[in-house]
Amino acid sequence: MERPLTANIRPGEPPLDAEAYERAGGYEAVRKALREMSPEDVLEAVKASGLRGRGGAGFPTGQKWSFMPRGDDAPTPRYLIANADEMEPGTFKDRLLLEGDPHLLIEGMIVSAYALGATTAYVFLRDEYRLAAERLKHAIGEASERGWLGEHIKGSPFSLELHLHTSAGRYICGEETALISALEGRRAIPRTKPPFPQLVGLWGKPTVVNNVETLCNVPHIVNRGADWFKGLSRSSDAGTKLYGASGKVKRPGAWELPMGTTIRELLEEHAGGMRDGLRFRGLLPGGASTDFLVEEHLDAPMDFDSIQKLGSRLGTGTMIVLDDRTCPVAMVRNLEHFFAQEPCGWCTPCRDGLPYVEHILGAIEEGDGRPHDLDLLEMHTRYLGPGRTFCAHAPGAMEPLQSALHYFRADFERHITERRCPYR
Amino acid sequence: MSVPEAAMLTPEEAAEIERELAHYDRKRAACIDALKIVQRRRGWVPDDALRGIADLLDMPVDELDAVATFYNLIYRRPVGRHVVHFCDSVSCWLMGADAIAARVHERYGVAPGETDADGRFTLLPIPCLGCCDRAPALLVDGDLHADLTPDRAAEALERYR
Repeated sequence: MERPLTANIRPGEPPLDAEAYERAGGYEAVRKALREMSPEDVLEAVKASGLRGRGGAGFPTGQKWSFMPRGDDAPTPRYLIANADEMEPGTFKDRLLLEGDPHLLIEGMIVSAYALGATTAYVFLRDEYRLAAERLKHAIGEASERGWLGEHIKGSPFSLELHLHTSAGRYICGEETALISALEGRRAIPRTKPPFPQLVGLWGKPTVVNNVETLCNVPHIVNRGADWFKGLSRSSDAGTKLYGASGKVKRPGAWELPMGTTIRELLEEHAGGMRDGLRFRGLLPGGASTDFLVEEHLDAPMDFDSIQKLGSRLGTGTMIVLDDRTCPVAMVRNLEHFFAQEPCGWCTPCRDGLPYVEHILGAIEEGDGRPHDLDLLEMHTRYLGPGRTFCAHAPGAMEPLQSALHYFRADFERHITERRCPYR
Repeated sequence: MSVPEAAMLTPEEAAEIERELAHYDRKRAACIDALKIVQRRRGWVPDDALRGIADLLDMPVDELDAVATFYNLIYRRPVGRHVVHFCDSVSCWLMGADAIAARVHERYGVAPGETDADGRFTLLPIPCLGCCDRAPALLVDGDLHADLTPDRAAEALERYR
């Protein structure tokens, strides 16, 4: 089985330096794109591959790129940003790529920038990823020295400046328009869409923001083609996926596997099943802002469409597992605490609604819940749901809550009738 | 009117910030870098430095403060010699993060948001550190400590004097 994203990653060892990366076939996609392909050819290759964004939303990457203005009349400069602000609770997949093979991201960014006609690119990295920052900085230096970045890359007309920006820690910066505000040195408040960043992005110029894992797929698609990429998958969504599991499983971790690997295989074979003495209760398939799935869903393939059909989202593909000794109400309270801490503060439903939700969950967990509280929570899942808020932060926060109220209803009710947490 | 304080940024701070400006098309975009440069040297960002950065980047000081106060990792109040960020997000919580924070509290007398009496540690919660496969985790002065138990957390902190 091929693992293109992690082929160069050796656990516990430093990443390949530029020379070793090149020896392993690295930067071939840059050579190929610059010599043999027009920017449109690269765009078409990515479109044909069926690559969907790996940051959580799953939007087709080629389609996202196609909204970028092209041709001589298009505004300049144009920008490409790698979203490396991985802060979705339970998610640690991009860290693996950033620490393990920084040159792959750089190569993906060069090829993508070429396709987009971008001349400046930024990696927007969360500040807590210190090791990733160190390795990426070193790799950017190496790539510049060896002529992969800068003016006239390898004698071609194409030039690209690549900068590393380290943020200062806020979840909302992962939202692409908030990220752009943050990079401009403003409070990271999301912007109205439309206009989309491809037309009006960084400093008002055309900009594409892609997730790290998404960009790391691009060199392989350019080298090997769309059919190969589709063949990696077990489902209608192409490619491999970096999946992960955390919580009380035997072997928490992250693994690159064919897209469409089932939840059961991930949980039982790769994560080693539940720790001894514990039983599986449920999981969030792709980070804190996805709906719970339970036992009956274990045979579902982990791909965008299949998980959506079950009423949840693939999200980042890193699962958070709930065991039978952990209180689901307390878990949702923890999740809502996070969401209540991290809004940008701009729109009222999110800023005021989330702390209220956290407060109600706290009361229930502490034995002070009232029967009416469950109706109040249900009401909030609608009031803070899609279409009611400025961005996706609050709707994302409602996903684990609404599904917990559905699947773990009896637990909520017991807290209220017994006036205590039955798990304590 | 009072005379503005003479040196709000040291020459070294100002020079380091000037170097960052080359990475961006607009001056204010360097403000996060500038805040971090000051914080690295002083431990936190006092008002005088905030004014110094705002002057250097041609931005209103209130707008700069709106940025500074937005972020988890920019400190606008004095902190101890070491800042301990404990992850309080879901994967670490599942794996016993509360017990870690409780042990730090008990041992050093600091609750989240506080600095201990001799100014050694400031304890602050932080959202998911992206270390969920080795939960629970702490970040001390930027160093990651993972796979913790309360004992191991206390042991790790002992090395920060």
